[in-house]
Amino acid sequence: MSAPISSGFHFGRWMLFLSTALLAILTASPLVWMISAAFKQPAEIFNSSLIPQHPTLENFRYVFTQLPFVRYVLNTFFIAGTITVVALLFHSMAGFAFARLKFPGRDLIFLSIFSTFLVSLPVIIVPLFILVQRLGMVNNYAGLIIPAIFNAFGIFLLRQFYLGIPGELQEAAIIDGASYWGIYWNIMLPLSRPILSALAVFFFLVNWNAFLWPLTITTNQDLWVVQVAIASFQNQYSASWNYIMAASAVVTVPTLLLFFFFQRELVESIKTTGLK
Amino acid sequence: MAAFLFILPDSLGLLIFVGIPMALALSLGFFSVDGFGGYKFVWFANYNRMLHDPLFLKSLWVTVVYVLVLVPGLYVTGLGLALLVSQKIPFIAVWRSLFFMPYVVSLVVVGLTWKVMLIDKVGFVNSVLELLHLPSRSWLGDPNLALGAILLVTIWFLMGYYMIIFLSGLQEIPREYYEVARIDGAGPWAMFMKITLPLLRPTSFFVLLVSTVSAVAGGQAFDLIYVMTKGGPANSTSLAVFYIYEQAFQFNNYGYAAAMASFLVIILLLITIALFALTRGGRFHLG
Repeated sequence: MSAPISSGFHFGRWMLFLSTALLAILTASPLVWMISAAFKQPAEIFNSSLIPQHPTLENFRYVFTQLPFVRYVLNTFFIAGTITVVALLFHSMAGFAFARLKFPGRDLIFLSIFSTFLVSLPVIIVPLFILVQRLGMVNNYAGLIIPAIFNAFGIFLLRQFYLGIPGELQEAAIIDGASYWGIYWNIMLPLSRPILSALAVFFFLVNWNAFLWPLTITTNQDLWVVQVAIASFQNQYSASWNYIMAASAVVTVPTLLLFFFFQRELVESIKTTGLK
Repeated sequence: MAAFLFILPDSLGLLIFVGIPMALALSLGFFSVDGFGGYKFVWFANYNRMLHDPLFLKSLWVTVVYVLVLVPGLYVTGLGLALLVSQKIPFIAVWRSLFFMPYVVSLVVVGLTWKVMLIDKVGFVNSVLELLHLPSRSWLGDPNLALGAILLVTIWFLMGYYMIIFLSGLQEIPREYYEVARIDGAGPWAMFMKITLPLLRPTSFFVLLVSTVSAVAGGQAFDLIYVMTKGGPANSTSLAVFYIYEQAFQFNNYGYAAAMASFLVIILLLITIALFALTRGGRFHLG
């Protein structure tokens, strides 16, 4: 849809440019406000100005020294990182098998995996919690990590990718006497580095931001992840919004950095979930 | 045989952590679960209670309103932004990123930030309204406004995601169609109605399906409510997923919560079937 060619061309395009820019800046402004509030003093927090008049690092100092916030950050790094690595391994194995190997019941199994696509956590959280409790995984890292590994989305995406790789590579490797594992490990995995890095960013983000499951499965504060921690600061320090905004900024900055550096990969993996 | 080893970890994991909970979600509602893990088969008692629980019926009503506003809201904002950022405008990549940016922030942070911005009288939003000589309001404290405020925040958070989905749909429409239409003298509106919308049908189907399912039972429906309103004021933002969570994990009514959750599952299934039937599969195909 390109701009219409007419005498109003320049004016129309300028209006379009200005309104798009204005709308985009408006969309981003709450996040700018949050980062700015993290540097404000308590008296200033409700000031509508986007730039703190007397910027202070006191809020950050408080969050890192008076609260075990470093621990929460490390917990979240460990949990989200482990989930990401294990999920990529499992999903690429499954995706490879569904795309490149023939075995009885393949399509049926894939279809049943695909049908879990629309099952969301809030719907199954009660039985899932009871089950995980029975497995002895309440209040430990296993309960935070293992159930979060499995999702149909990653398998689906990787299968799509492996379907697009020319079959000759695999046939040549089989003639050379390579095993299935050898083909997967030496040929398919290196080829799929771009999509794996895209998925890695995506999985890490999703798990860094995860809230409902960690909230449900942990009561022990030593196991808290950042999202559960800041949500509960709200109850403990209800009036101290400057501390809460500082903690929020600390939690958000890594996701924004990931977003800016890997934007293309993120957008590509989202697009692929659409149609193709 | 080796192939089975490749799919074993994921298949087993999905079976245990998605498949079995799903089956349990549909059957646990027939049991009453006590605090010591004892189960008692109670037939339809939980379902009966559900139909006579004014708070559950209220939460269903809140969910219906939420879905009816959110789904069209996301469709219009997502498509609108996609059309906007597919124009040739300077720095378009920057504007695109800014529209998408809220989606990468966690819902907890989103909820907390908006909660502070919406605070009565002195909050950022009310200060801006005052500057514009508009009345300041108690956005999260007024039962008539709270759900609307939550919906605006939700649309703000999710619209970038749907913008990306629509963008990929738009990019698949051959440009020649527009050129031919222009030669035939078609205006922008005619082109939108005759080319863009019909060719976007598969994308639209995907967007409607995903946004409806996530409106009824998505993560955002829980996280934002938990952080911003806890279902209040006067239960005006108590979405069904939030009420179910409260019943399960605050009052330990696991059986009752499961009964209500299974009711949601059935509604979701019906919506999915209806969408597939209405759109004849929406030309949405696997692989």
